[in-house]
Amino acid sequence: MLEKALSGSKLYWTWLICLLVVIGAGFGAYLVQYNKGLMITGMSRDVSWGFYIAQFTFLVGVAASAVMLVLPYYLHHYKTFGRITILGEFLAIAAVIMCILFITVDLGKPSRILNVMLHPTPNSILFWDMIVLNGYLIINLVAGWVTLEAERKQLAPPGWIKPIIYLSIPWAVSIHTVTAFLYAGLPGRGFWLTAIMAPRFLASAFAAGPAVLILLGYLVKKLTRFDAGREAFETLAKIVCYAIILHIFFFLLEVFTVAYSAIPSHTSHLKYLYFGLHGHNNLVPWVWTALACGFTAIVLLVNPRTRKNPTILPFACVLVFICTWIDKGMAMISGGFVPNPLHEVTEYSPTGLELMITIGVYAAGALVLTILYKVALGVKAEEEAV
Amino acid sequence: MGVDRRQFLKLAGIAGALGLGGSVGFQLLKPGSLDAAERMPTPYQMVFPKSQGNSEVMPNPKALKGRRWGMVIDMRKLTEEKARAAIQACNYYHNVPDIPGKQTIKWIWLTGYVNAFPEVENPFADPEIKNARFIAMCNHCDNPPCVRVCPTKATFQREDGIVMMDMHRCIGCRFCMAGCPYGSRSFNFRDPRPFIKKEYPLYPTRTKGVVEKCTFCSERLAVGKLPYCAEASGGAMVFGDVDDAGSELRRLLRSRYSIRRKPNLGTHPQVYYLV
Repeated sequence: MLEKALSGSKLYWTWLICLLVVIGAGFGAYLVQYNKGLMITGMSRDVSWGFYIAQFTFLVGVAASAVMLVLPYYLHHYKTFGRITILGEFLAIAAVIMCILFITVDLGKPSRILNVMLHPTPNSILFWDMIVLNGYLIINLVAGWVTLEAERKQLAPPGWIKPIIYLSIPWAVSIHTVTAFLYAGLPGRGFWLTAIMAPRFLASAFAAGPAVLILLGYLVKKLTRFDAGREAFETLAKIVCYAIILHIFFFLLEVFTVAYSAIPSHTSHLKYLYFGLHGHNNLVPWVWTALACGFTAIVLLVNPRTRKNPTILPFACVLVFICTWIDKGMAMISGGFVPNPLHEVTEYSPTGLELMITIGVYAAGALVLTILYKVALGVKAEEEAV
Repeated sequence: MGVDRRQFLKLAGIAGALGLGGSVGFQLLKPGSLDAAERMPTPYQMVFPKSQGNSEVMPNPKALKGRRWGMVIDMRKLTEEKARAAIQACNYYHNVPDIPGKQTIKWIWLTGYVNAFPEVENPFADPEIKNARFIAMCNHCDNPPCVRVCPTKATFQREDGIVMMDMHRCIGCRFCMAGCPYGSRSFNFRDPRPFIKKEYPLYPTRTKGVVEKCTFCSERLAVGKLPYCAEASGGAMVFGDVDDAGSELRRLLRSRYSIRRKPNLGTHPQVYYLV
């Protein structure tokens, strides 16, 4: 089926070449980092994880959110999602690939990455994260490809794929739960030491992922003749609506526990993020923007009139994306490290090279996504032409 | 080890079928035959045969033996001058680079009371304690979170409690830095070598991309000497076996009130501050 990616319009090829140029620039920046070390980043002794790990955390959510399509379609036979489930699965593949790339560019000694497999360490959550991420990648590749191939041949998917698809449902939950455990089990990091880290991650994932998918759906509709259907968009919008409400609700639960208990090692992080600490307030405007976007999105999505409006819905989805991206892609990591365990404040902001590498990884994800979507939409178009 | 032709062919067949390359095949046929050639022992392996499973290297008979190493820091004796001498000795003999800015490397350093003990702040405490500069270092916890989170066992704990770093295995994921509640770990964001003012040739320098930390001078204990900081501090820092009730360290802990950093986290730090 891959040959479908080899023929396309001028726009398709221009887009691919643009992506390759951006990937090339990102790779160039990475070579500088490889040569000089992570000194080229804004990370420090106190904020030892930065933009890369934050993007990884955000994208794990996007990957996990495919379950929001797979589950209704395969478990509840919700036929409306039949046309876009494959798009969700392929989005998950691109997202997981970006996750793996982000972890790789974050390593101080990338040449030793296989040590994680050569010296398996079950007591390290990172070991399990490697297992669940790679497992999820394989599951989605197999499930997506096999069902699409069957669709192309106008056959029912083979029986053996069913258990794999069912497995993908708890597996999707596991990738984001394990990622939350990376942070949630650390003593002395008050901001992350919370049992609702995993549900909070999942809620924001189920908001962000389907929001991205709706936006992609609109884009696909504009660029090709493929239309997922009004009802599919509307159902997805409802999922985004519930999830963003849960996301904000979970955030408020955290605020209550932290503020009411008033334990300094827990309050100081929220104080830093939302009001600034000892005159350090880099992230304050960002986190309030995130909250404002979240609340506005809730208003727009709860109201059926605005939710069903095809021009307002994408706007609401952009707001959801901004809200969840700032929350996980910026605040979650910095907020956990600032102040440091000695109550000193060292702030973090990414450097230009760090941003270039980040954009390069996103471009690589976009490339994978474009090719996979080209194949999927090609098959769908062929099928409809018959 | 007798291996007859039939056995050899069988094993070779299995090894081949499993796709095991040359050296692995040898390991199956004659375990250990390639160890000497293939596994160049790291300095740590030479020093710590048991924990690394390298039983052919004998420990130095003069090595200090302790069941559980720990340190007592006497805040009445620790003057700024003594502290600086201890820090200087550690930095020099371990080739700790002097990198300015927020990507610095610290094995042992001075910090304020509220920074070392953020949860026991007391506005009316003895000003001598409140304004004192405390020495911060790796606590060599009984229950070290850094060991728990390390995905490659590059951070590991010896039987005598010392938390060690294998610089040759570390992948630089910095999970241990997120895990340590004491900020006791440093990452080599860059090549540290240009920042070593005067290199001490008997201790290895590090490369970029790995984490490093205080190791209680394990290399000194192995040859029967005390850690540099204990030696240079003029008696303000006492190193010893916390499991030995007769040790000087235990005598000090009995005689005076001591505190540990963040005891509520259950990491059981083994650095005690006499206040």
